[in-house]
Amino acid sequence: MRITCPLCGERDRREFYYRGAVLEAPEEGAPLEVWHAHVHLRLNPAGPLEEWWYHQHGCGSWIRVQRDTSNHEMLAAAPAATGEAG
Amino acid sequence: MRFSGWRVLREGLTGNRGWQAHWRDPDPKPEYDAVIIGGGGHGLATAYYLAKDHGMRNIAVLERGYIGGGNVGRNTTIVRANYYLPGNSEFYSHSLKLWEGLEQDLNYNAMMSQRGILNVFHNDAQRDSAVRRANAIINQGDDAEILSRDQLREMVPLLNYDNNRFPIQGALLQRRAGTARHDAVAWGFARGADQRGVDILQNCEVTGIRTEGGKVIGVETPRGLIRAGKVAMAAAGRSSQVAAMAGLTLPIESHVLQAFVSEGLKPIIDHVITFAEGHLYISQSDKGGLVFGSYLDLYASYAARGNLPMVEHTMEACMAMLPAIGKARLLRSWGGIMDMTPDGSPIIDRTPIEGLYLNAGWCYGGFKATPASGQCYAHLIATDRPHQAAAAFRLDRFETGRGLMDEEATGAQHNLH
Ligand SMILES: Cc1cc2nc3c(=O)[nH]c(=O)nc-3n(C[C@H](O)[C@H](O)[C@H](O)COP(=O)(O)OP(=O)(O)OC[C@H]3O[C@@H](n4cnc5c(N)ncnc54)[C@H](O)[C@@H]3O)c2cc1C
Ligand SMILES: [Zn+2]
Repeated sequence: MRITCPLCGERDRREFYYRGAVLEAPEEGAPLEVWHAHVHLRLNPAGPLEEWWYHQHGCGSWIRVQRDTSNHEMLAAAPAATGEAG
Repeated sequence: MRFSGWRVLREGLTGNRGWQAHWRDPDPKPEYDAVIIGGGGHGLATAYYLAKDHGMRNIAVLERGYIGGGNVGRNTTIVRANYYLPGNSEFYSHSLKLWEGLEQDLNYNAMMSQRGILNVFHNDAQRDSAVRRANAIINQGDDAEILSRDQLREMVPLLNYDNNRFPIQGALLQRRAGTARHDAVAWGFARGADQRGVDILQNCEVTGIRTEGGKVIGVETPRGLIRAGKVAMAAAGRSSQVAAMAGLTLPIESHVLQAFVSEGLKPIIDHVITFAEGHLYISQSDKGGLVFGSYLDLYASYAARGNLPMVEHTMEACMAMLPAIGKARLLRSWGGIMDMTPDGSPIIDRTPIEGLYLNAGWCYGGFKATPASGQCYAHLIATDRPHQAAAAFRLDRFETGRGLMDEEATGAQHNLH
């Protein structure tokens, strides 16, 4: 599996750390159910999934990747906005 | 048809013409008392114990593919009871006891082999944790021994004891652990359930779960609507998708785990051996193939096929710990889809929908659970009360934070357990 880093180009999966699905973090004071859903529950689709990868052994950027979980196909990759991931 | 030594002899002398199919291939009935979604080890065991322990015979197991095609036929067949945390540890202890009588109970040769498991450690911290685990296992009434480096060396001379980074210091041994022929376990439960009247419906995918006023009434399949007042999910890696048919979102992420088998060799590995280094585990099948694996691929996947980095990692770990097998050729490798929970432990519970039950989250360790999972799930479905051995496997533990069983202490990130 290869991932296209927007800064470095196409690189081997080994250079990246996987964080999981892109999720919107709740407000600090959000109700418990909302935090529970954020931390534990996952839509877990068999198909396109938006997720965070970190170019650990490259430029050190967090990348928002669209990947098809049913066949490993990379559909899109964009750099994270400031403060968005991590 | 019962299996016996006498029967094998008679069939051998008469051209093996008397063997029959192990289960029927019936058409679906329009209605059952209970329907189980998923004909893997857990679904089939559930049907078997529903019929055997609770006298429920008007039930069906619905399998989208064929019996044995899921993880029950893809795993590395390790059976053990060396867990640590309360809730998990009694359950796996109960399961190992069921395994010990399973072949007699099913009248089926599952090739259960209590060859012992050796969890090898490489440093003081790992030794401390192995000793602590051994004490916990002994306290619950199961067997555990700590072997020194010399004792281990006498038992298994072939390991690389002097690897520079990961020297071997000893091992935790559980003699009653071992392996079982995984697809025979599926077949044995399928046959046992079928003999008690359960309909096993292969190529029968559940495509929808019908509810009415918060109560389940049946499932949709390409072979029509099948009504049932009780519907029990046991879909392993596809649990999220099946639950979504009833509008439920689960605390599960699906990940791929790979396994490998070498060409057949003469007997060289007598036990199941696991290495704390690289998470490697290896045993030798009765055909002679070395069966081994290590980590998940570590990203969400439904592809049932892994990627090269984890293949390389696993081979490197083999070469580091067992250089003697370096010349063996790899015969096959494959992947299976794991239903990973945020604490790495399973769920056997009711759902917010009346009559709909959930058995999921077995991660990479559900094969050893098969008999106990089936027995406990059957108890829940039949009586609406949890079986004592699986009472900790609650769905709401993630929401309340009470009773989490995080064996690896890695926290709420699905792929890290
Ligand atoms: C490579 C690998 C190695 C492993 N090693 C071990 C080990 O050494 N020891 C151990 O204890 N565990 C191990 N495991 C884990 C173990 O295999 C699983 O936890 C366990 O098999 C899961 O339960 P099951 O047998 O019911 O799953 P499965 O056999 O996967 O059964 C689920 C079934 O549900 C069916 N299904 C899904 N969706 C639908 C639908 N919509 N309609 C109808 N049917 C559906 C699937 O087709 C499948 O047959 C390993 C797993 C893998 C992949
Ligand atoms: Zn980069």
